[in-house]
Amino acid sequence: MNGAARTSPTPPAVRSVAAALHTIDGRIAAGGVALAAAAAVAPFLPSYPLTLLTQAVIVAVLAMSLDVLLGYTGLPSLGHAAYFGIAAYTVGILATEHQVGLAGCLGSALFLATATAALFGFLAIRATGTYFLMITLALGMVVWGLAFRWVSMTKGDNGIAGVPRPELGLPWSLSAPLPFFYFALVAATLAWAAMGVLVRSPFGLGLKGIRESESRMRALGYSVWLHKYLAFVISGFFAGFAGVLWAYYNGFVGPVDVQLVTSVETLLMVALGGPGTLAGPALGAALIVFLKNFVSVYTKRWLLILGAVYIGVILWAPRGVLGAFSRDAR
Amino acid sequence: MGRRGFKTLTVLAPVPVGDYALELRGVSKAFGGLRAVDGVELAVRPGERRALIGPNGAGKTTLFNLISGELPVSAGTIALFGRDVTRAAAHRRAALGLARTFQITNLFPSLTVLENCLLAVQALTPLKLAMHRPLARYVGLRARAGAALEAVGLGDRAGATVKRLSHGEQRQLEIALALAGSPRLLLLDEPTAGLSPGESKTMAELIKRLDPAITVLLIEHDMDIALEIVQHVTVLHYGRVIADGTREEVRTSPLVREIYLGA
Amino acid sequence: MSAEFWITQAFNGISYGALLFLLASGLSLIFGVMRIVNMAHGSYFMLGGYVGLSVVWRTGSFAAALLTGALALALVGVGMERFFLRRLPGQTLGQALMTIGFALIFQDLALLIWGGDPYSLPVPPMLQGVLTAGALRFPVYRIFIVVVALVIGAALWLILDRTRVGAMLRAAVDDREMAQGVGIHVPRISFAVFAVGAALAALGGVIGAGFLGVYPGADFEVLPYAFVVVIVGGLGSLPGAMVGSLLVGLLDNFGKALFPELSYFTLFAPMALILALKPTGLFGRA
Repeated sequence: MNGAARTSPTPPAVRSVAAALHTIDGRIAAGGVALAAAAAVAPFLPSYPLTLLTQAVIVAVLAMSLDVLLGYTGLPSLGHAAYFGIAAYTVGILATEHQVGLAGCLGSALFLATATAALFGFLAIRATGTYFLMITLALGMVVWGLAFRWVSMTKGDNGIAGVPRPELGLPWSLSAPLPFFYFALVAATLAWAAMGVLVRSPFGLGLKGIRESESRMRALGYSVWLHKYLAFVISGFFAGFAGVLWAYYNGFVGPVDVQLVTSVETLLMVALGGPGTLAGPALGAALIVFLKNFVSVYTKRWLLILGAVYIGVILWAPRGVLGAFSRDAR
Repeated sequence: MGRRGFKTLTVLAPVPVGDYALELRGVSKAFGGLRAVDGVELAVRPGERRALIGPNGAGKTTLFNLISGELPVSAGTIALFGRDVTRAAAHRRAALGLARTFQITNLFPSLTVLENCLLAVQALTPLKLAMHRPLARYVGLRARAGAALEAVGLGDRAGATVKRLSHGEQRQLEIALALAGSPRLLLLDEPTAGLSPGESKTMAELIKRLDPAITVLLIEHDMDIALEIVQHVTVLHYGRVIADGTREEVRTSPLVREIYLGA
Repeated sequence: MSAEFWITQAFNGISYGALLFLLASGLSLIFGVMRIVNMAHGSYFMLGGYVGLSVVWRTGSFAAALLTGALALALVGVGMERFFLRRLPGQTLGQALMTIGFALIFQDLALLIWGGDPYSLPVPPMLQGVLTAGALRFPVYRIFIVVVALVIGAALWLILDRTRVGAMLRAAVDDREMAQGVGIHVPRISFAVFAVGAALAALGGVIGAGFLGVYPGADFEVLPYAFVVVIVGGLGSLPGAMVGSLLVGLLDNFGKALFPELSYFTLFAPMALILALKPTGLFGRA
């Protein structure tokens, strides 16, 4: 909360930007600038950076969805890839085997992802802290197990290939990278806006209250269970939204999209970027996407580096890059 | 232990069942082998100002936790304004008009003073589940929150983060949160805990100025402050009620003096 | 489905459960005393298998493999606790996340050192072979696993129940602050518990490598099993770990045999049921 309060000789410009990022309006402004910049720069980017940017934008939605649960409500989920993956698989299966269009895929995928979150939430919400961590991990693995073993449905390890880009009836085909980038950018902006309104609403404030003191919330008259459950389901909904975008972007859906490492990476994005800010995790997502791709050019040791970054962040920057709120001992 | 024959200093005028703001019958709480609260009978009338005193470890805060629903009872019944709430969850009791403060400050540390108050103000309204509009648009809520802050003297600290408040200001906020929901029964757990004598005086004045319609049950370690605020006193010792009467009677009771000096 | 099928599957389930017990008991005790959920516990299992593998390749001795694996991972566990986890006292979430970081590092290191191929630990001749009873065939190695688990279970039980150290441990699980208050040196106990827990997991890994093999990804594959065992059995409870591992072993085996495509589901259903009825597990406390 106080990068700007230290007496180190950081230039005033940096300090005032940092201070601005601690406010909601500051972050919205910064986010707006970033989105506009991305939109402006995109036509001039070579294809590889453009695909990375597209990835970053989509994964940012996933990270933000987890932030709603982790950063705002204080519930650490290690199974978030489940809703992402279920939505992606739904799109994959419907689009490739049944030639379902965008509307049908989107609707079904969101429905299934949200329904899964509703079911899992029911089981997980009664737990807290590390117990919650374990249960969500186990539930996430269940989905992975289904993806891996229910071969008749998911094609197992082979995954589902050849997912076509959606037809929007626009003059530009989404099969080309640039139009698809704009499509993803618009979708991600909508998701960001929706989540932004959510966390600024009375309900959103309630989530923050739960994060800070559940007992006080109960004493004030809140049904803490209900709030947590709703946060869980909504978070799953937006994770599913990211999954839909991913399936279309990647053209391929496989068990790797629901594996534990994916959930772990998502958690790191939130922790690295700064939980409880939405913009932070989006930034964290971009950082991780670029880092992962950059690292894989030089070495295969991505997991090693990821693990080391994890430990480093936890030890030395637990509030992440944006450092908007501090979660101390629980 | 075994304090049989506790002395009731005053027989409260018999009132028909259901006319009490708070009624505890045979309430006990056991933690394993330890009886923190043992067979407590308590009846507080609407509008009454009652102090709950007793040495450390007498079970006062545990009793509050039982009344507010933070802990389930091991035995006995609790009724709030005539309704049985023994099995009711804490948030249900709040909806019936119960509010409390905590002995160890229990606020929302990284939120602002205003946000703390807004949480209290929206808690018992359907607005708390509104997800589609920013909180800033709900002008009515902000007004009520602002008023609650003014009432406890924190009006000018609305934008401050709670972590940064002084202890005294945090205790004031505790009260503001409890009052924000317009409660009918207020449980105050050591409101002057950790306050300087001057701040304690201010706190006492604040409590005395509360709407006389609100029933107040006060845990207070400082006997002088307690007896200044209330008319009736219940004395707890080892989880049991051992005295119950007006403040004069309790002030002059040799039994109570023995407990405090001997304990 | 013939009687042979049921008996064979039950036996397989019990032996798998025995293996899980080695893994889960350590996890449960570590949590009970230190309130840390060790996400690297599966890594201890996998690394134990790899270390055991290398030892057998070098020396041909299964016993040496068991010993070395257990010791090596005990050291790793102690190192993790002492130099990293201890830096975040009381922050259970931060600690859990740190162990994730370690799990990732361990997975990659294992890939680096032992490569991507799956291996099977050569089983000593004494433990090879099959006991037959009519049409039933019981591999000796699986019997061995059950025996090891029973011995270790009994040893843990005796230590917890009969010794002073065990009493201190139970006190620390019950109420950490109170235990420290009466003079029990909880950090030193934690240290020991972590070492023993890691050693048990590694032991399970060496033994498991003999019939499940050891391969990249075994760590994250086995971790949810361990979690389901402790979730179902209750964190910090030894009887819980015993019952839980038996249950999970049986359910998993029958699930895989009867519904191969929905095998994780058979784990999921009872876990879900238990969570719905008793969120802290069969033998757990809040």
